[in-house]
Amino acid sequence: MSLASELAVPPPSKIRLAGVSKKFTTNRGTVQALEDINLEIGEGEFVCFVGPSGCGKSTLLRIVAALERNFTGTAEVNGKMITEPGRDRTVMFQEHALFPWLDVLGNVLFGLKLKPDLSKKDRLEVARYYLQLVGLDGFERANIHELSGGMKQRVALARALAPNPRLLLMDEPFAALDAMTREQLYGDLQKIHAARKKTILFVTHNVREAVCLGDRVILFSPRPGRIRKKFRIELPRPREFNDVAMASLAAEITGELKTILAPAQ
Amino acid sequence: MKQFLAALAFFAVLLGAWEFAARHSGASSLLLPSPTAVWRYFFGSPSPDGGTVGGAVWDGTLGGATLVTMKRLFLGYGVGIGIGIPLGMLTARFKFLHNTVGTIALGLQTLPSVCWVPLALLWFGQTETAMLFIVVMGTVWAVILATDHGIRQIPPIYREAASTMGSKGLHLWLKVLAPASLPHIVSGAKQGWAFAWRSLMAAEIYITILSGMGIGHLLHYGRELHAMDQVVGLMFVIIVIGFLADKILFSPWERFLHRRWGLTNS
Ligand SMILES: Nc1ncnc2c1ncn2[C@@H]1O[C@H](COP(=O)(O)OP(=O)(O)O)[C@@H](O)[C@H]1O
Ligand SMILES: [Mg+2]
Repeated sequence: MSLASELAVPPPSKIRLAGVSKKFTTNRGTVQALEDINLEIGEGEFVCFVGPSGCGKSTLLRIVAALERNFTGTAEVNGKMITEPGRDRTVMFQEHALFPWLDVLGNVLFGLKLKPDLSKKDRLEVARYYLQLVGLDGFERANIHELSGGMKQRVALARALAPNPRLLLMDEPFAALDAMTREQLYGDLQKIHAARKKTILFVTHNVREAVCLGDRVILFSPRPGRIRKKFRIELPRPREFNDVAMASLAAEITGELKTILAPAQ
Repeated sequence: MKQFLAALAFFAVLLGAWEFAARHSGASSLLLPSPTAVWRYFFGSPSPDGGTVGGAVWDGTLGGATLVTMKRLFLGYGVGIGIGIPLGMLTARFKFLHNTVGTIALGLQTLPSVCWVPLALLWFGQTETAMLFIVVMGTVWAVILATDHGIRQIPPIYREAASTMGSKGLHLWLKVLAPASLPHIVSGAKQGWAFAWRSLMAAEIYITILSGMGIGHLLHYGRELHAMDQVVGLMFVIIVIGFLADKILFSPWERFLHRRWGLTNS
């Protein structure tokens, strides 16, 4: 595989979920985490899952990542049943999950080293490309514990992008960051989405964040986890977090969310 | 600097008091050898009639014994680590092994390694194998337990993140689980080292052997010959070796853990 083809934009993934249900059984009882989820996501779509905590957003993301097994229903990526994790679908978590025994570059190289056809030199070049894309050139040799929370998430983003996945799965990746850092990352993530054309599944409990980032916002309700409503966000990009049009859309979704949180007696 | 000088003064006074007590308390030099006598054991000199001329450092006994002891130590420790780390990984991986081998390790780890001496003598006689056996028994359990614990406490998210990047099987073990448990493995290896050193001294003191005179043997004969200057001198040597080995073997790892992970010694 050449460097050019490695850096080329791969065709983004499409996802089909039909009748997906998932139960967790623990010694404290059974939880219906997801019930009858039906959702199709098109190539290159940026889709946000929102909903109160415990409504199964992470579980659904983890099913797509194949980190969660034993569900019922059909879950397909590009027409193929999801069976095991793969680098066509990388994941970014709320906790950075970076490897502390590796430096920044080592972390970004981790997935690349699992691609045998790349030469060492090409891997380095690819890793540097992504570090630059997330705005971290010059930090290659830094240790993870020396970075700020925002920088750690940038490294995690570079690490998830480096294997050149067709689908990026993000589970509340910015939830632990301060507002300023978050807003910068919204801009950068939109740029990266435009440049790299990936399908993105993004979990958040922040409605404003979902409206700012998503082409669509999927609202979940808990116990059992179900899709309550789907919204299409037609606002032009790039979107500013403090945009007025966005605020009114967010207010509409938040209104819906409130009816979930305070169900009719 | 000031603190260093104060500490230095403390030790000087301690040494002086010891020398004074040895000379003037009337206690026999058998019970309390003076610092100068210990010094003479190492470096020799005075009195052609009173005793000691060459000194253990110059006549080669000390160097020879240290070499013999270090060989045994590194061999036993190496075997202990070589068995302990993989076994600890297996007990972390397989529930059955955790419940069986892990339980044995937990039990035997509490057994002071001198307790292996009678069995070792019975099984292997007065041989190097008996020594090796005792050192390995002293080392291996702590290493198994530390490795097992180290792997079990790895946050599942490391494994998950790695698996989404295509890591599995042996790659996952070597490139993720082993390094992720490194802090525990290092502290287990360090603990194992301390145990190995204690075990070997016990083995050498209790097992008389012809194939090489170690420091423990010198200590044993020092006692038999009532040469307490030798006994006390060797105790110093044992302390210094233990201390230096710890620094030389483990400091680089600890510095790495500190620099890369941001961990401080615990
Ligand atoms: N591994 C698990 N074991 C047991 N219950 C779980 C597990 N993971 C999630 N759950 C339960 O499933 C439900 C959905 O969880 P999750 O998908 O994490 O929700 P969200 O991400 O929307 O906050 C919750 O009630 C949670 O307690
Ligand atoms: Mg969640």
